[in-house]
Amino acid sequence: MLEVKDLHVTVEGSEILKGLSLTVNAGEVHAIMGPNGAGKSTLSAVIAGKDGYEVTSGSITFEGRDVLEMEIEERAQAGLLLGFQYPVEIPGVKNIYLLKAALNAQRVARGEGEIPAPEFMKLVKEKINFMKMDSSFLQRAVNEGFSGGEKKRNEILQMLVLQPKLAMLDEIDSGLDIDAMKVVAQGVNSLRDPERGILIVTHYQRLLDHVEPDVVHVLVDGRIVKSGDKDLALELESRGYDWLVEESAA
Amino acid sequence: MASQEMEQLVRREYKQGFVTDIESDTMPPGLDENTIAFISHKKGEPEWMLEWRLDAYRQWLKMTSPSWAHLDYPPIDYQAISYYSAPKKPEDRPQSLDEVDPKLLETYEKLGIPLHERAALAGVAVDAVFDSVSVTTTFKEKLSEAGVIFCSISEAIRNYPELVKQYMGTVVPKGDNYFAALNSAVFTDGSFVFVPEGVTCPMELSTYFRINAANTGQFERTLIICEKQAQVSYLEGCTAPMRDENQLHAAVVELVALEDAYIKYSTVQNWYPGDEDGKGGIYNFVTKRGDCRGDRSRISWTQVETGSAITWKYPSCVLRGKDSVGEFYSVAVTNNRQQADTGTKMIHIGENTRSTIVSKGISAGRANQSYRGLVKIGPRAKNARNFTQCDSLLIGDQCGAHTFPYQEIGNSTATVEHEATTSKIGEDQLFYCQSRGISEEDAVNMIVNGFCKDVFQELPMEFAVEAEALLNVTLEGAVG
Ligand SMILES: Nc1ncnc2c1ncn2[C@@H]1O[C@H](COP(=O)(O)OP(=O)(O)OP(=O)(O)O)[C@@H](O)[C@H]1O
Ligand SMILES: [Mg+2]
Repeated sequence: MLEVKDLHVTVEGSEILKGLSLTVNAGEVHAIMGPNGAGKSTLSAVIAGKDGYEVTSGSITFEGRDVLEMEIEERAQAGLLLGFQYPVEIPGVKNIYLLKAALNAQRVARGEGEIPAPEFMKLVKEKINFMKMDSSFLQRAVNEGFSGGEKKRNEILQMLVLQPKLAMLDEIDSGLDIDAMKVVAQGVNSLRDPERGILIVTHYQRLLDHVEPDVVHVLVDGRIVKSGDKDLALELESRGYDWLVEESAA
Repeated sequence: MASQEMEQLVRREYKQGFVTDIESDTMPPGLDENTIAFISHKKGEPEWMLEWRLDAYRQWLKMTSPSWAHLDYPPIDYQAISYYSAPKKPEDRPQSLDEVDPKLLETYEKLGIPLHERAALAGVAVDAVFDSVSVTTTFKEKLSEAGVIFCSISEAIRNYPELVKQYMGTVVPKGDNYFAALNSAVFTDGSFVFVPEGVTCPMELSTYFRINAANTGQFERTLIICEKQAQVSYLEGCTAPMRDENQLHAAVVELVALEDAYIKYSTVQNWYPGDEDGKGGIYNFVTKRGDCRGDRSRISWTQVETGSAITWKYPSCVLRGKDSVGEFYSVAVTNNRQQADTGTKMIHIGENTRSTIVSKGISAGRANQSYRGLVKIGPRAKNARNFTQCDSLLIGDQCGAHTFPYQEIGNSTATVEHEATTSKIGEDQLFYCQSRGISEEDAVNMIVNGFCKDVFQELPMEFAVEAEALLNVTLEGAVG
């Protein structure tokens, strides 16, 4: 469903992605690992449409559509959803209001019409319970004063409510305590579906112990230098990245 | 999103009000004692009123225009202004909504203005179109049953001279400030409300007023009196855009609350702000003051200001009575070249007096906005308390927000708290919302409305809904 081909991306004059290719099919869970600064967040940001990234060559298509031609909100409406590494705070806007606005925007774009309020409340209640979050989070301003872990749970909550076709999760596991890690992993697993693709950016095997990936990629210096199955992640855990960095330089 | 785009986003064309070039019964420009005598005569006023006006005029002549505000505008030529224009005759007005600019109608629609009010707001000759007269009559009957007097200030001067004499100018004295003095000399219209002892006004004073507001003069004068234990909620202005050929507006509003009385005064102001360069916009210099004269009385100002090229306005409360309460809730939006210098004064005189100030300022484009608040605690104001919350939201990076909190504390038992924040609608916030499928425009609206929530919830229900819609329309357009 997602196809990235020979993608070159420049940020403020320097090339960050240097010919990256990646294919995610429906039903698959992909993990992207790699050293700090390799370009993992850049990749997900470019797919989501963040400003300030110049695509100098290459392409991104999602279900046959040229993603680079789509507005940010159109990408989300088409089912591409990014869970942020650093979710932003929006004072004054209630969490539940954002959820509802987002869901309705997506539904309206798909021609489904807005969700009736009781149905929405039921849906949100179910999902928030699943994420073991207190319902008071719905009434609080988006991410405002949330702890690091609470922000991450909130990102997954949005995924569960919005039900994207392709979920991209950027370091959704960083800053989580052990229990929260399990809850977040459960959330991600509940998204697993033959119709859905999942792309996880992570540094740790911990998350992958709970969410078993179908494919593991290693991103080094703007390129995917190695792909393999879940065992590749285990290998990285024990050997680090140096051997791959050398291999790719050779 | 680049800041240029951000600017694009907030740039919007004013949904223009109705303009007509049919001549009305207008006095030639110029101001002297004859002008004032003419106005007074046209209004059929008694001699004492004319004397009152002339006294104000003589004081005004000795005053100079205030220069302390954070505003920038060319000097006003008071001799170039015409001070009297009779209401338009029905035959000179559009005869039906079909003759009205469809754009304006579209705006009314977006704002959810009730159908029967649209015609009046658009300046349509009301009698020809619908039965607002009977609506008005029903209102009047209900009010008079309750003993409430609600009429134009001119009528009040003729029919209730004793009440007017007793109260007018006691809250805002004739020579209070430059613009108040000018208003006292030349005011042509406005409202008068009197709620007798123990009476709660049976309705919000809004609809009736809004219909009349279509012909609001440039020098309005409003006087509201609540006797002991009386209550009233008064709604001024409307969210519908209004165009006015008069560039200068200098209104005076006086509120008097006796023991245990409560006056709630809500304003939504959306006058023409001028084009992108600020040309043609209204200058709005208003003096609004409430006097909590009786013990346990309460006066509450709520305002949503989105219009005008220049706004100079500080609704204030004088807390004279023991345990009296003053409140000020404000949302001010400035865009393009708009300038606003607004805020409030809370003057604590009596014991245990309390005041709350919540001010939300939104600046976009190249607009400038200042909050100026004075909290003054007099020597007798034992245990007086004030809480001030003053927040600014910036959209884009060419606009400005300034906060000038003044405190004069003359009693050591007083508690005065001030909190202030300035935030920016960040590109990160917009990206976050957009990446959830919400359009840029909706994201801005969502953030702005969230920012203003504390104030909107103070507005009467029907106004709150309109105010929210107004902000959306105000910041609408020109995305991408
Ligand atoms: N706006 C920017 N301006 C300049 N450099 C940038 C910008 N955004 C990203 N970069 C650079 O691009 C490189 C890749 O950053 P990116 O955030 O994609 O890395 P990452 O793989 O997600 O790293 P981490 O594991 O630390 O999250 C880094 O060197 C970073 O400094
Ligand atoms: Mg990253």
